[in-house]
Amino acid sequence: MVQTPTHRAQSLEASAPLLHGLGITKAFPGALALDNVDFVLKAGEVHALLGENGAGKSTLIKCLTGVHRLDGGSILLDGSAIAPRSTQDAQDHGIGTVYQEVNLLPNLTVAENLYLGRQPTRFGVVDSRKMNRDASALLAQYDLHIDVTEDLGSYSVAIQQIIAIARAVDLSGKVLILDEPTASLDAHEVRLLFDVVRRLKARGLGIVFISHFLDQVFEISDTITVLRNGQKVGTCPTEGLGRLELVAMMLGRELEEETREHGKVHANTGPVQFSFKGFGRKGRIEPFDLEIRKGEAIGIAGLLGSGRTETAETLFGIHAADSGKAMIGTTEVSLPTPRSAVLEGFGFCPEDRKVDGIIADLSIRENIILALQALRGWTKPIPRKEQNAIADKYIKALDIRTTDREKPIGQLSGGNQQKAILARWLATHPRFLILDEPTRGIDVGAHAEIIRLIEELCDQGMSLLVISSELEELTVYSHRIIVVRDRKHVAELTGKEITTAAVVDAIAGNQPAAQERAQ
Amino acid sequence: MTRQTSLPGLRYAPQILTLLVVLGLSASLFPGFLNVEIANGRLYGSLIDILNRGAPVALLAIGMTLVIATKGIDLSVGAVMAICGAVAAATVTTTGSALQAVALALAVGLACGLWNGVLVAVAGIQPIIATLILMVAGRGIAQLITEGTILTFTNESLVFLGSGALLSMPTPILIWITAAALAMLLVRRTALGMLIEAIGINRRASTLSGVNSGILLVCVYMIAGLCAAVAGTIAAADIKGADANNAGLWLELDAILAVVIGGTSLLGGRFTLLGSMLGAMIIQSVNTSILISGFPPEFNLVIKALIIILILLIQSPALRARLKPVRRKQGQGETSILVKP
Repeated sequence: MVQTPTHRAQSLEASAPLLHGLGITKAFPGALALDNVDFVLKAGEVHALLGENGAGKSTLIKCLTGVHRLDGGSILLDGSAIAPRSTQDAQDHGIGTVYQEVNLLPNLTVAENLYLGRQPTRFGVVDSRKMNRDASALLAQYDLHIDVTEDLGSYSVAIQQIIAIARAVDLSGKVLILDEPTASLDAHEVRLLFDVVRRLKARGLGIVFISHFLDQVFEISDTITVLRNGQKVGTCPTEGLGRLELVAMMLGRELEEETREHGKVHANTGPVQFSFKGFGRKGRIEPFDLEIRKGEAIGIAGLLGSGRTETAETLFGIHAADSGKAMIGTTEVSLPTPRSAVLEGFGFCPEDRKVDGIIADLSIRENIILALQALRGWTKPIPRKEQNAIADKYIKALDIRTTDREKPIGQLSGGNQQKAILARWLATHPRFLILDEPTRGIDVGAHAEIIRLIEELCDQGMSLLVISSELEELTVYSHRIIVVRDRKHVAELTGKEITTAAVVDAIAGNQPAAQERAQ
Repeated sequence: MTRQTSLPGLRYAPQILTLLVVLGLSASLFPGFLNVEIANGRLYGSLIDILNRGAPVALLAIGMTLVIATKGIDLSVGAVMAICGAVAAATVTTTGSALQAVALALAVGLACGLWNGVLVAVAGIQPIIATLILMVAGRGIAQLITEGTILTFTNESLVFLGSGALLSMPTPILIWITAAALAMLLVRRTALGMLIEAIGINRRASTLSGVNSGILLVCVYMIAGLCAAVAGTIAAADIKGADANNAGLWLELDAILAVVIGGTSLLGGRFTLLGSMLGAMIIQSVNTSILISGFPPEFNLVIKALIIILILLIQSPALRARLKPVRRKQGQGETSILVKP
């Protein structure tokens, strides 16, 4: 049995693995989603699977449950090779999955949901009484005593989760995969769910637990496997693993290299142009104070789901703030919609450019002039000559690789789409530009160009807010870095404090390294 | 793939070809089909008849094209025709003023569009459901206005809109061609057309770019309502009365068909008003040809369906892709819905 210990050697082979993925490889057109990943799950173990978005967690799950076919490697269950062709097939082998969004039918009763497709029958008709009796008995195993004849939808998400788990375990019974089960639960409900997980663990099931909440991972899991960019970074027992070490594994930072000198030692001392006081929105981001100077680049760092994008969306009026106020110079402004933000000279390059950025069927030219046209209003069309000039200018300035400005933007590569969206905003000459993961999913060349551009824009006096998971990149161009954790702005690093080590520290929540803000 | 990449004529080649085939077939079967003559200061003939009878569908298709371009659909336009016809008739019988009747009918059409637009853009109801409400309720409203009867009138100015002629050209033809020309100017000489396409392709991204998607959507439905009001007034003026039960009945479906035949995708985005007008004329040519052929009217719908299937097959991108190695040039005219992002 081959282990690939990256961080420390483990003696995981103490008991035979229940589920063993060997060298699992999955390629999608243009990307290797999983590269030779080994995964060992033992009976009676809660195994957390961690990694940033795009690390390959869901692909691995989908390979194990038959949604995807393997391009390489094999899966052993109880020592014998299986090749599940569908989730149904995986279920028959004993692997059940419960997703964040409960995949049951809210308009059917609890009992019907539990026995859907396998209802007990008597004389050819569904034996409701037996079904309800069985359902009650089944749920009693989880200490859940509810009326099984009520509609599923009338119960809380946590109860629905447990019902989904009960169904999955009843159907499969060896391996249970929980994909972000706690994402929409409150603290009490998480307790409830964890009780169930512990119960199942005691019964000898192998449980795979996926979550972005590190606290929960440390609480419930026995073993942690970290994936990054489709590769396994390592597998460690939870006990003895430090938070900092874990975050470093997830983000791919070697702890030694972090004393590197930072490029922008001098903080920006220009006039404050935008200030937000107590700005926030319930359920998305806790109220924060933020001052942005002219020509300043502010970096936002944090793990996925920590409130990075939520900060940007609140500033840009996508999910308008419900507390605090925003000032531009000395005038108070309100930002209830993206349009109001655009009118104030804001721009926003979203993280998901396919969904939120490009208008796929429109030409590159039309995509570039869209925001400027919206700003001028529909009655004042930009003359075609001017449109061509603007489009050509930015195609040249940003080096957008295309044969023709009239090509639908959907046909461009990711990096070029990203540049075109950037061009859309630059054409409006914004005063404040928000970039959410501007370098995600683009090739190295385009990557460097975008970083160079960010620095140029600052020099021209534009204020920037850049969200990025690439910490090294952030430390290069940011005058200040704000760290978010659990939907709160928790730390701020300026000037010499900005090192990747300090940022990783602050993300992990280690007190001494970064000055914690009083909350 | 886009409208700029090919010769202008090539883009509408399938539609023009279809129209010519339908007209040619009729001309060969019925001698005199292409004859046009002047009598009593008005043009007569099958071709004129097609243009004249096609007015309501052409008018509805103008609004429908814009609505479909936003990824929506407006099922209520037929019912709105009935309402507006009834309003015009009721007004003209009580006040005697054709001007007031038309003004009120148009205002009611705009109000109907506003209702649909608010349901879609503000309440976020799916367009097919939102407009279904008025489709069902509208005919009832029209019946309430006419009090269940066919409300007739004799006001000559109003009747002129339906059966008069200006410079020997029947008025409905002049009205729909003017309306279509105005609409084309409106969408292509301003930025409205591009913004509508942007909303239809990706409403969220458009909103994030500062496009006022909500207000634009409401405006588009109001244009559809206005077009239906004009169509309803013409239809009422033509028969000198408002028939709440039959005015505009099923015409919303013909309008949708005209848009689709014209080359605008139901998935929204790129649209062509000229194509929709050609589509409306193709439908009317088929109608008129069947009518003068002397076939029993029962055949009408079946034959129409067959012809439409044929037209849509000719335009089918899937079919065209299969034939691609043979006829490369044909791909140019189609909307770009199949370009995967």
